[in-house]
Amino acid sequence: MSTPLRQIAFYGKGGIGKSTTSQNTLAALAEMGQKILIVGCDPKADSTRLILHAKAQDTVLSLAAEAGSVEDLELEDVMKVGYRDIRCVESGGPEPGVGCAGRGVITSINFLEENGAYDGVDYVSYDVLGDVVCGGFAMPIRENKAQEIYIVMSGEMMAMYAANNISKGILKYANSGGVRLGGLVCNERQTDKELELAEALAKKLGTQLIHFVPRDNIVQHAELRRMTVLEYDPRSKQADEYRQLAKKIHANAGKGVIPTPITMEELEDLLMEFGIMKKEDESIIGKAAVAA
Amino acid sequence: MSQHAETLIDHEMLFRKPEYTDMFENKQKNFEYKHPRDRIIEIQEWTKTREYQEKNFAREALTVNPAKACQPLGAVFAAVGFRNTLPFVHGSQGCVAYYRSHFSRHFKEPTSCVSSSMTEDAAVFGGLNNMIDGLANAYALYKPEMIAVSTTCMAEVIGDDLDGFIKNAKMKGSVPQDFDVPFAHTPAFVGSHITGYDNALRGIIQHFWEKCDARTPVPGKINFIGGFYGFTTGNLREVKRLLGIMGADYTILGDTSDIWDTPTDGEYRMYDGGTTKEEVRGAYHAEATISFQQFCTEKTLKYIESKGQEVVALNHPVGVTGTDQFLMEVSRLTGKAIPEQLLKERGRLVDAIADSQAMLHGKKFALYGDPDLMLGLTAFLLELGAEPTTVLSTNGDDSWAAKVQALFDASPFGKNCKVYPKKDMWHLRSLLFTEPVDYLIGNTHGKYLERDCGVPLIRLGFPIFDRHHYHRFPIWGYEGGLRVLVMILDEMFERLDQSTIITAKTDISYDIVR
Repeated sequence: MSTPLRQIAFYGKGGIGKSTTSQNTLAALAEMGQKILIVGCDPKADSTRLILHAKAQDTVLSLAAEAGSVEDLELEDVMKVGYRDIRCVESGGPEPGVGCAGRGVITSINFLEENGAYDGVDYVSYDVLGDVVCGGFAMPIRENKAQEIYIVMSGEMMAMYAANNISKGILKYANSGGVRLGGLVCNERQTDKELELAEALAKKLGTQLIHFVPRDNIVQHAELRRMTVLEYDPRSKQADEYRQLAKKIHANAGKGVIPTPITMEELEDLLMEFGIMKKEDESIIGKAAVAA
Repeated sequence: MSQHAETLIDHEMLFRKPEYTDMFENKQKNFEYKHPRDRIIEIQEWTKTREYQEKNFAREALTVNPAKACQPLGAVFAAVGFRNTLPFVHGSQGCVAYYRSHFSRHFKEPTSCVSSSMTEDAAVFGGLNNMIDGLANAYALYKPEMIAVSTTCMAEVIGDDLDGFIKNAKMKGSVPQDFDVPFAHTPAFVGSHITGYDNALRGIIQHFWEKCDARTPVPGKINFIGGFYGFTTGNLREVKRLLGIMGADYTILGDTSDIWDTPTDGEYRMYDGGTTKEEVRGAYHAEATISFQQFCTEKTLKYIESKGQEVVALNHPVGVTGTDQFLMEVSRLTGKAIPEQLLKERGRLVDAIADSQAMLHGKKFALYGDPDLMLGLTAFLLELGAEPTTVLSTNGDDSWAAKVQALFDASPFGKNCKVYPKKDMWHLRSLLFTEPVDYLIGNTHGKYLERDCGVPLIRLGFPIFDRHHYHRFPIWGYEGGLRVLVMILDEMFERLDQSTIITAKTDISYDIVR
C-alpha cells in the first residue's frame, strides 16, 4: 500500500486566479515527486489548460452527451496526461443559461471514482467554480472526498465575501463529515494593506493565511504560452513562491480546521478597521449624484 | 346511464351500450377532427413495413415505451427484503406514490414506503429539513428497525448529500445515533430499476459490513442474492426449499419471500419476513455469494468480492441446464452433494419436456425484459427446441447482447435468432411485423403488442398487472421450470382451440386430445 490518498479542493470567487494558482501549485507538488490528478469542476473547463498546453480539454459531460450516457465512456477517453505526468480531467457542463452544472459535477466525480481514476495517485485536486452555489458544487466537500479546502482570495471586498461564504458551505459539511478548511491563499491584487487584511480574515475564520502569493507579470507571460510558471521559467522567483505554497500544503495534511464564518456586519467592520471601507454615512444612502 | 347496485354493468359491457357508442361517435364527429378512416388505415399498414422499420430503428433521440422502470423502484424492492425495514425515498410524494402503486398493481398487496415530501421550497433550499423531519416522523409513526434511504431525480439534481444529511438528522435527534439508516443515491435518470436494486442492496450490505471486524470465513457457508424479479415470493421460497434439501448453510440477502403475500388472518403486517441484521452481519463471514442475476448486482458483487468472498454471477438460470448449473455451484461451494430427491425432480421436468416435444419444436418466440431474465429464458427456450428469434432489452447493454449471442451460437436452434440491446417496445412492434413469431414473452405492457400484431402474449416479466397471483408461484428450480413449460403450453393449446372453435368451419380440428 502506498501512502493514503490526499484529496484537496480549491474554491474562490470567479476570476480570482484559482485555476492559475492551483495549477502552478500542483506543478510544484509534481516536482516534489507527487502523483497528481486534477479534476476541473467548472463548466468553462479551463482548470487544466496550463498543464496540458491545450485550449480546452474534452470534458466528461460533453463526451458522455456524444456517446449517449456516462456508462458508455472509458476512463482513457476523458483523462489526459500533461506536465510531469499530471493527470487531468475536466467535468465540463452546460452552456451558460441552460441545464444544471452542479449535477454535472456529481456525475463526473461518480464516474471517476467508479472507474478507478483515483488509483495510483497521491493527490486528487478539485478546482471548483466560484461560490458553493448549489449542492452539486459541494460534491467535492462531501464525506470521503476532499479533506482540506483551500480558498483563493485577495484583499478585495467581494473576494473576502466569497471566502466567508465558502466557509459557510464547509461548515455545513464539517460537523457531520471530515472536511476541513486548510487555509486561505491570498493572490495579491495590490490593494491597500492586503496582507494584513488577509491575515485578519484568516484569523476570524479560525484558520491561517497559508501563503501570500505576490503579483508577478511572469504568471501572465507563462499563461500566454499555456504553461505554468514552474514549466515556463523554473528558476524564477515566482516559481519559488509556488514551491513554498506546495510545501506548506503538503505539510498541512490533517491540520485543517472547522471554519468559523462571520456575519456580513463583522466582515464590514473588518474592512473599516483596515480603512478599506469608510464608516457608513446614513445620509448618503440611496441618494443619486444630482440630489447629493 | 345511471346504474343500480343490484345490477351493476361492468365496463367490459357498459361502454358498448348505445348511450356511450352514440356519445363517442358524436365526440369524434364534432370535436376530434380526425384524419379520414382510409388514411388512418393506410398509415397503420405502413407501420408494418420494412421501410417503416428502418426509420424506426434510425431513431436517436426518442424512446417509445421503454421496457424498464427507474432506480428508486428497485431500491424499494431491495429495502423491503430486510426485516422490519421501512424504505424511505428522499424526494417528492408523487414519485413514491408511483412505486407503491406499481407494486400494488403487480402483487395485489400494499408496499410500505415513505417519502420525505420534498416540495418547491426544498428544491430551492435543499432537502435537509425534509430529511430531519421525515426520519423523525417515519421512526415515530411506523416503528421500523431500520430505515433504508434512496433518492429521486429531484434530490439528485439539486445535489442533496444523503450521508451528510442523515448524520445531521441524527445529530438533531430525528432517530437515535445507533439507529441503522443505510442509504444509496439512486438517480432515476440513470440506468433502470435493476441499477437501483444494485445500489440499494450494496448500500445496506456496506452499512453493516464496514462495521464488522476481521472476516473469519465459515467453511461451506454461502450467501444468495435473488435480484429484482416480480415472481420473487414463489421464487425465493423455492430457492430456500432447494437449499434446505441440499443442507446448505446459507443466508438470503434481501429476502422478499414473505412481504407480498401476507396472510389475511386479522393481523395487518406492515413488514413481514426479511433478512435480519444479524444475518447480514453473519453473511460477511460466508465463503461465497451467489447472485442469481448478474446484471442486478454488478456493484454489489464487486463490493462483496473486495471483502475476500468468492462471487458467482448467474444469469437467471431456469429450466434443466439452468437449474443444474445453479445446484452444481451450490454443491461446489458448500461441499454438499446433490441429493436423490432433486435428481428425481430433474427427471420429472425432463420427462414433461419430452412429453410435449411435438408442440415445442421449432416454435418461434419474441421476448423482451430485464437482461438476466432474457438470458435465462433464451437458454430454456433453446433447450426446449424452440427458437427465440427476437430477444430484446431496454436496460441490457452490448455486454449483455454478447452473452445472448453466445447462447444462440451454442445451439442449432439459435441460428436464425437475433438480439437487440438498448431497444424499446416500439422497435419490438416493428420486428413483430417484419420478423413474425408464434409467441411473445414479456410483461403486461406487451398486451398492446398482442392486440396490434396478433401474437399471443405469455406473461413472464415485471410488471404483471392484468393477471393475478403469478408472483406466488416459482419459475426457478426444476419445479419452476415446469411452471414455465406449462404456461407456454397452455397458451399454445388455448391458441389452437381459439382458431378451431368455429362450428362446421374449423372445428374438424377442435379436438379433445391434444
